[in-house]
Amino acid sequence: MKVGVVVFPGSNCDRDMFHVLTDVFHLDAQYYWHDKGLPENIDAVILPGGFSYGDRLRAGVIAAHSPVIKDVQKMSENGIPILGVCNGFQILVESGLLPGVLLKNDSLNFMCEWTDLVVENNKTPFTNQFELNQKIPIPIANGEGKYFADDETLKSLQKNNQIVFRYSDVVNGSSNRIAGVCNEDGNVVGMMPHPERAVESEINPVDNKPSSLIFESLLEKMGVKN
Amino acid sequence: MATFNVQVTIENKPGISDPEGETILNDLVLRGKYESVSKIKSAKMLRFTIKENSKESAQLKVQEICDDVRIYNPLVSKVSIDVFDA
Repeated sequence: MKVGVVVFPGSNCDRDMFHVLTDVFHLDAQYYWHDKGLPENIDAVILPGGFSYGDRLRAGVIAAHSPVIKDVQKMSENGIPILGVCNGFQILVESGLLPGVLLKNDSLNFMCEWTDLVVENNKTPFTNQFELNQKIPIPIANGEGKYFADDETLKSLQKNNQIVFRYSDVVNGSSNRIAGVCNEDGNVVGMMPHPERAVESEINPVDNKPSSLIFESLLEKMGVKN
Repeated sequence: MATFNVQVTIENKPGISDPEGETILNDLVLRGKYESVSKIKSAKMLRFTIKENSKESAQLKVQEICDDVRIYNPLVSKVSIDVFDA
């Protein structure tokens, strides 16, 4: 199974993600630079966190016009699992692959802290190993992490089971405490918190097992035994 | 063809919170006792320099660019466009 990690100018969590995929979960991962296409033999795509194009204009918008996004779009239509983390999530909403938008946190601060997520949808390729309502202690690190969608979109997200993660407390002003959503088919998931910073006990002061389930869900989906 | 400066102001739509504007109002201006101020909205401004046949075509072209490459996110923002002779 091959996982593509897309690298944009200003990505800075690409290596953390690559390390987790290869060293922790023993997957075949490969970096792909944003201005080239993706090969067709990729089984999953991850858009990592960072500050693509220095967040100029607004987070994710410039990267959303990168050539690679056309291939990500095609893969999304083909049902390939796609995960966007933090800036990767911002790029997915700006490219129209996920609904809503990420605005500046209510505090206007860059927030770097541990939060608790609650799993709201355990049917996606990244959450199938969770119990519903399971808690995930996980760090956030963002300035534009407040998820916003209008009332109509929020209703349809709820109805179609597209809300994947919520914060257990009010963290940044997100609509309905939403921390992660998926597309209607469920194969494209975006989340603001950083699972790649939480899966190893050495750097997780609380519990690394719940975050690991995000990657174990992908392994389960792809039928990989480690 | 003439050269125009086109000012694009990107601001949140009504109903979308603007914590920056609110903070400037409540914690800076009103604290300075300028009580006649009732609202401050923050915005981002871009100034395009563009060659077009007329002010009108400059305005239309910049609006087209803003929509096409998503200079603003129409979910939450709007743009206003003002054209000036360069």
